[in-house]
Amino acid sequence: MNIERASNLILRNVRIVDPLSGVDKITSIHIVDGSIKAIGSSLSAAKGAVVRECEGMVAAPGFFDMHVHLREPGFEHKETVETGCMSAAAGGFTGVSCMPNTNPAIDDESVVRMIRAKARDAVGGLVDVHPIAAVSLGRKGERLAPLAELAAAGAVAFTDDGDPVHDAEIMRRALEYASMFNKPIIQHAQDMPMTRGGVMNEGFCSTELGLPGMPGAAEDVVIARDITLSGYTGGQYHVAHMSTGGAVELIRMAKSRGLRVTCEVTPHHFVLTDDAVRTFDTNTKMNPPLRSADDVAAILAGLKDGTIDVIATDHAPHSYDEKQVEYQAAPFGIIGLETAIGLTMTALVHKKVITIERMVQLLSVNPRAILHLPEIRVTEGSMANLTLFHPDEQWVVDPSRFYSRSRNTPFGGSSLKGRPVGAINNGVVFFHPHSAAS
Amino acid sequence: MKLKSRHLLGLRGMPPEDIRLILDTAGSFREVLDRPIKKVPPLQGKTIANMFFENSTRTRLSFELAERRLSADVLGFQSGGSSVSKGESLKDTARNIEAMKVDMVVMRHWASGAPHYLSGVIEAAVINAGDGAHEHPTQALLDLFTIQEKFKKVEGLHICLVGDILHSRVARSNIYGLKSLGAKVSVCGPATMIPRGLEQLGVDVYHHLDDVIPSVDVLNVLRIQLERDAGRFFPSLREYHQTYGVTLRRLSRAERPVTIMHPGPINRDVELSADVADGEHSVILRQVLNGVAVRMAVLYLLATGN
Ligand SMILES: [Zn+2]
Repeated sequence: MNIERASNLILRNVRIVDPLSGVDKITSIHIVDGSIKAIGSSLSAAKGAVVRECEGMVAAPGFFDMHVHLREPGFEHKETVETGCMSAAAGGFTGVSCMPNTNPAIDDESVVRMIRAKARDAVGGLVDVHPIAAVSLGRKGERLAPLAELAAAGAVAFTDDGDPVHDAEIMRRALEYASMFNKPIIQHAQDMPMTRGGVMNEGFCSTELGLPGMPGAAEDVVIARDITLSGYTGGQYHVAHMSTGGAVELIRMAKSRGLRVTCEVTPHHFVLTDDAVRTFDTNTKMNPPLRSADDVAAILAGLKDGTIDVIATDHAPHSYDEKQVEYQAAPFGIIGLETAIGLTMTALVHKKVITIERMVQLLSVNPRAILHLPEIRVTEGSMANLTLFHPDEQWVVDPSRFYSRSRNTPFGGSSLKGRPVGAINNGVVFFHPHSAAS
Repeated sequence: MKLKSRHLLGLRGMPPEDIRLILDTAGSFREVLDRPIKKVPPLQGKTIANMFFENSTRTRLSFELAERRLSADVLGFQSGGSSVSKGESLKDTARNIEAMKVDMVVMRHWASGAPHYLSGVIEAAVINAGDGAHEHPTQALLDLFTIQEKFKKVEGLHICLVGDILHSRVARSNIYGLKSLGAKVSVCGPATMIPRGLEQLGVDVYHHLDDVIPSVDVLNVLRIQLERDAGRFFPSLREYHQTYGVTLRRLSRAERPVTIMHPGPINRDVELSADVADGEHSVILRQVLNGVAVRMAVLYLLATGN
């Protein structure tokens, strides 16, 4: 992966979209030693600067994916901290949070420190990795993990993702305990008995295909319970990869009551429906599953009206052989870092569901706020933490060119409009060699 | 005459003329089965692999007999139960089949979609002998053949599928085939065993047998999986039999005789009382005989059509 130092770089004629500063204008950015030295339209004369023409491109505060499975330690044949960071940078992300369903699980501070150390060495440290640790020891849902120690080591939130926190008592105590140091509990909302053996959304498609279904209600009942517990404890609660219309409704209600409840959706849940499973392509198998057209419509409405806070990818790498099996035997999950901007631009911005400014909130401002990470601004004197993308570039997804170690995506061959061009962070810059614009 | 598809994966979307071609061809083979010498030569030199990834004595024997009656060379593979296997990937299985240079593969699999996957990666023609709860096209074709044999038509008849629709590949293939040939189709079973959105397939849903019996021509009674279902989908076998068991007393409410079908094997006195299973309106053994003729027709049409 070809990275350079951002020692003296001018991004010329770039459109800055910085919602926190209320800025949306075309100008030039002069970056010196990793910091934004100047912003203005007459910078081209700066001595010794590498000038990059960015006409038509957007520079936004660095995108942050708060739901990534880096797979290390334990599943390095799927992904590593290094390849995951490469994939993130290639997708335009300058930061990610990684999930604790590793082996061993991230339920001990040593694992948090190990992941952070590896991330500092990957891609020149371009991608900030903020681990999310387990709620319970071994993610077994029985005893609390050492949350305070994990937080002190750098964990920014807690989840048993991969599995739900199923026990209401554990969830209640986790919300209470984590609120002492102001960290959210993130839930993979799935009622396990209701989804036993399920591999896709329960509905007309599963009926026709004869595949065991996972009803949307199995997601909703857990979220409804957790909202009650969040209200009771005052704890901060975040729903991972929300996929149903019922859940959108529940979150909307919780927000109207002023509760500390937020949620994220993945691009695949607003782009695809369970109709895609008809091919029996195992790259349409993920958890939560692709839902009905009604659910997708409700998610689009939630993205539009602000009910949904975050777009996160649930980047879940699996090796080629692991996916080349019967649909029912295949593991859940698809990768998403390198297609997130393309899918969001194509399905949301170009279709006028949301504006580019709102897209920047969903992919940068809000995830950082939920995780209590510092605000990123594109202003003079700030550290340069930027995502560069071209909103109008047409491209065809070619998984063989991904930087991720895995290729499991249902979007191979898809034609998208909008493409990541580069990422700048911690004094390092990466320009994507595949983008015509770079 | 040729079938439109190189494979037989399911009846969903199969044109009615293809279904009729298979039934007509089966009619000719049915006559062969009544002759003293039941072997004919059309598949001489063809090799057929029967790949059974789920235990099934009946369907396997029926296919094997059909293949041998057509003079094909037959090789078989059977692997045990219905648990999720972690060993050989489908891709490896496909490569091995390809290396053996077989002309056709008959596949039974516990996983929905497995034959569809196979048909996409190998040259040989694939016949689905039942995949998960998805489709079982040859069973539905032999059911259609048996109905046609008895009534001389399918169009306009009212056929009700009784029992566990949720887990039944037989039900799905029957619904597609029967609708395609113009029959009226109902299902009757406990609400827990009717899959979501089934009525979108154009079938009427009943929960009480007595409501549907007066208007049906045929009851196709499905098998209950005793171990798996009792206690989760219905309380007990006793209650199931009381609610959905087909008995002579129940059938006496019909105005005309009701033809009884069952894909086998029967749980006697659960789905069907013994006197109904063995009664004068039961065509269950005809189904077994017709199954061989229908499978001969499918094998013949796919082998000679490509
Ligand atoms: Zn999850």
